Amino acid sequence: MEQIPLITDQKAPFALTRNAGGQLQLNTADGTIHDGVYPVRAFPISAADEGLSVMSADSHELLWIERLSDLDKDSQKHLAAELAQREFMPEIQSIHQVSSFATPSTWQVTTDRGDADLVLKAEDHIRRLTQTSLLITDGHGINFLIRDLEQLDKQSRKLLDRFL
Amino acid sequence: MRSRHTVEVYQKARHNCLSALWIVVHSAAVNNKILPSSPIYQVLPSHWIAAAQSQLQHNEPIIAWLEINLDPLLHFKKQLLVLSAERLLHISDPQVAVVSYPFQANLHCQHHDHAGVGSLELFDGEIRLARWNYTLAHDAAVARFNKQFTLQLASFVSGEPIATEDVQYCPNCQTELTADTLECAHCDGEIDKPPSTWTLLRLWRFAKPYQWQLLGGFLLMLASTAATLVPPYLTIPLMDKVLIPYQNGAPIDYGMVSLLLAGLLGSALLAWSLGWARTYILALVSERIGADLRTITYEHLLRLSLEYFGGKRTGDLMSRIGSESDRICVFLSLHLLDFATDVLMILMTAAILISINAKLALITLLPLPFIAWMIHIVRDRLRTGFEKIDRVWSQVSNVLADTIPGIRVVKAFAQEGREALRFREANQHNLIVNDRINKIWSLFSPSVTLLTEIGLLLVWAFGIWQVAHNEISVGVLTAFLAYISRFYTRLDSMSRIVSVTQKAASGAKRIFDILDHVSSVPEPSNPVHLDHVSGRIEIRGAGFRYGNRSVIKDLNLVIEPGEMIGLVGHSGSGKSTMVNLMCRFYDVSAGSISLDGVNIRSIPISEYRRNIGLVLQEPFLFFGSIAENIAYGKPEATRGEIVAAARAAHAHEFILRLPHGYDSLVGERGHGLSGGERQRISIARALLIDPRILILDEATASVDTETEKEIQKALDNLVHGRTTIAIAHRLSTLHKANRLVVLDQGQIVEVGNHDELMAREGAYYRLYQAQARNVDADLDDLSSAHHIIDKELSE
Repeated sequence: MEQIPLITDQKAPFALTRNAGGQLQLNTADGTIHDGVYPVRAFPISAADEGLSVMSADSHELLWIERLSDLDKDSQKHLAAELAQREFMPEIQSIHQVSSFATPSTWQVTTDRGDADLVLKAEDHIRRLTQTSLLITDGHGINFLIRDLEQLDKQSRKLLDRFL
Repeated sequence: MRSRHTVEVYQKARHNCLSALWIVVHSAAVNNKILPSSPIYQVLPSHWIAAAQSQLQHNEPIIAWLEINLDPLLHFKKQLLVLSAERLLHISDPQVAVVSYPFQANLHCQHHDHAGVGSLELFDGEIRLARWNYTLAHDAAVARFNKQFTLQLASFVSGEPIATEDVQYCPNCQTELTADTLECAHCDGEIDKPPSTWTLLRLWRFAKPYQWQLLGGFLLMLASTAATLVPPYLTIPLMDKVLIPYQNGAPIDYGMVSLLLAGLLGSALLAWSLGWARTYILALVSERIGADLRTITYEHLLRLSLEYFGGKRTGDLMSRIGSESDRICVFLSLHLLDFATDVLMILMTAAILISINAKLALITLLPLPFIAWMIHIVRDRLRTGFEKIDRVWSQVSNVLADTIPGIRVVKAFAQEGREALRFREANQHNLIVNDRINKIWSLFSPSVTLLTEIGLLLVWAFGIWQVAHNEISVGVLTAFLAYISRFYTRLDSMSRIVSVTQKAASGAKRIFDILDHVSSVPEPSNPVHLDHVSGRIEIRGAGFRYGNRSVIKDLNLVIEPGEMIGLVGHSGSGKSTMVNLMCRFYDVSAGSISLDGVNIRSIPISEYRRNIGLVLQEPFLFFGSIAENIAYGKPEATRGEIVAAARAAHAHEFILRLPHGYDSLVGERGHGLSGGERQRISIARALLIDPRILILDEATASVDTETEKEIQKALDNLVHGRTTIAIAHRLSTLHKANRLVVLDQGQIVEVGNHDELMAREGAYYRLYQAQARNVDADLDDLSSAHHIIDKELSE
């Protein structure tokens, strides 16, 4: 098994940049340049900032980053930008209306990325992550996150409660 | 039992040194110092002493004896085999002459069993001299006797003395016995008690923590019942002092009326609030009792051995823990509560009625004994019926539990129709049983109503007669009618208690069935704790049987720390059973397994299993995220540890490719993951607990060769430095094993590394050849197929 460099401090011998085509580029200490690399989070839900992996274009791990904050500012910026483009998990802030209390049901919600409709196909598409956070998978496979149940307004909680 | 019996006899003999028996044993030991002189083997059961003594020559020592219990035609008959220094004696009957087999060079004994009957055969070369039969209870003793016979014969032929073993072993499980304990700690104290029929009373064990709440609830019940009895009493003055005088021309006393009406309202309000408090408290308690019952039953169930789960069906166990405990809970919170209230009400009403007018009260209570008698009659019939319904109901859910997990097989063989039919049949059976019960039940309820109507009629008739004779006032009669109409409606609902009690009792019985079941893999009574485990496994004389099928026979093997052992053999040769025994999923029926010199039965089960990493052929993933599945054996593991384990198991990259990485959800059977991916997750799971002992049960059997290589790499990381026992059908996957152990029919036939075993050209050689041929044959098939395709293309 080849050794994956583990990056835990800022003096890491590599740099993340963008190439001319706008792709993310990894320059490792030995001078190799990997084009089209992409970052993935190992624990996107339970610990988003812990454990990131930089994968090569053909999906092999090149680099393991214990913590995003361990990187230098530039690399952090590039990684964060790439992650923002790749990750789509709207966070529900309030639920306005549900079409019915029996599934399938169409919900009108406000998320951190704007208003949206989501279709809940079955009640078990609501997955409880912790005591207070939920992940709702809609009919098209998009994941909506409710980070904290307590933070929702009263009406949203009342609507949601009918499905839990 | 057998060993205990002999030990008892031995102890008796020890206390009474004058006994002839003791002298026989003693002289044997004195005259023949070279023989192993374990007294346990030599003490004859008392009923054989006379016969044996008459047959043995003076000074002829008993080396060993064996009592068998079947004659050649398999009738039960006790017989004795005695091994002396120079011959084998068969005493079938004390009166009949004894058959004696003097030792000679080519004698040998064999024992085997079939369908619960064991046979010990004595051969002279190829010629069978005798065959003795026994039931399998004697199996361990026979194996021991056979060993003694072989040793003694060898010593007789060669003239060399038998090497004496200083240590004594329990005759049953082969555990070492210490000098002062002749009874083996593992083999005694099996308790078999039938469960008591007063099962519902046993629920008290669960109710006890809530006794104060229960007492409070009971007092509230008393008070609220009393409050409900006030209103009818107030009708007496309302009738006699207000209404009847008014009819006779007197004006209405409004002050009195408002007082009485206020009393009615007050008592109603009081009854309402008390009733609310009572129901709330008791429902709260009963819900907690139900929850305790469920958790305790489930916890107990989890501790039972695999043997129990093997014999039970999932649906049945699920319905026991789920619906039965719920039924008990409903019974406690609803029916029992109502019933107690009713009984209290009847007693109080009876007291009030008697205090008003004893004669009329007697008439009113007349139908009660009849109803009680009817209840008694119906109860017996209903009880068996409800138990039957429960069994039928678990049959229905069993069909579901069988079919749903096996849905792929059902669909693949297009057997949906048959499964539907099976379900319909089970359902039909359910209907029939229910119909039968309902026939009795439907008759019961109207009969009670009829009796109450008759009772009311009696009260009317007798009351009018009494009013006519000026014995009672009209007010008293109306009060009586008001009381008994309540009273009788309660009787009707009370009679319902019969069925619900029976249902709850049968539910309780089925739950206590689980709770009373003692695990066949018991926790040790004097646990030995291992601080540091090096991983040396010693299997001594191990035997195991499923029912009456003997799977492992007298197996001896020592595995050194860090050694990798490959278990090889045909399917059915006992490889997987060995794994089950080593994990202590089952206990050996004879012999012992020790870890670092300690019998594994003496180590607390969970502590023992913590040292074992198990990778199965079919990896099981629980519903949850991948990270949770990897950390299953060590929930407190950090994310770093989980990632490290996954890396070592070559699972890290494919996990990262999943949309949610380590947070991805996997279903019950790991839907969405391939067999190899599931297997690597289960390897990561085993790696994370860092076990001293590793057991690989066909870990690579269910995947293709390419994935097998990936898994093999992961396994190589896992095996490193651990005592490993690997089972593999494909012999090529065992290339790293230090030793290969070839099993056949539950016995070790060969031990050695690949080259040695190939050189020996024995069982392993044949297995290897057979597999190699298979591979060749496959290749041949392929190449011939190519030829055909080529031909077709060229034409």
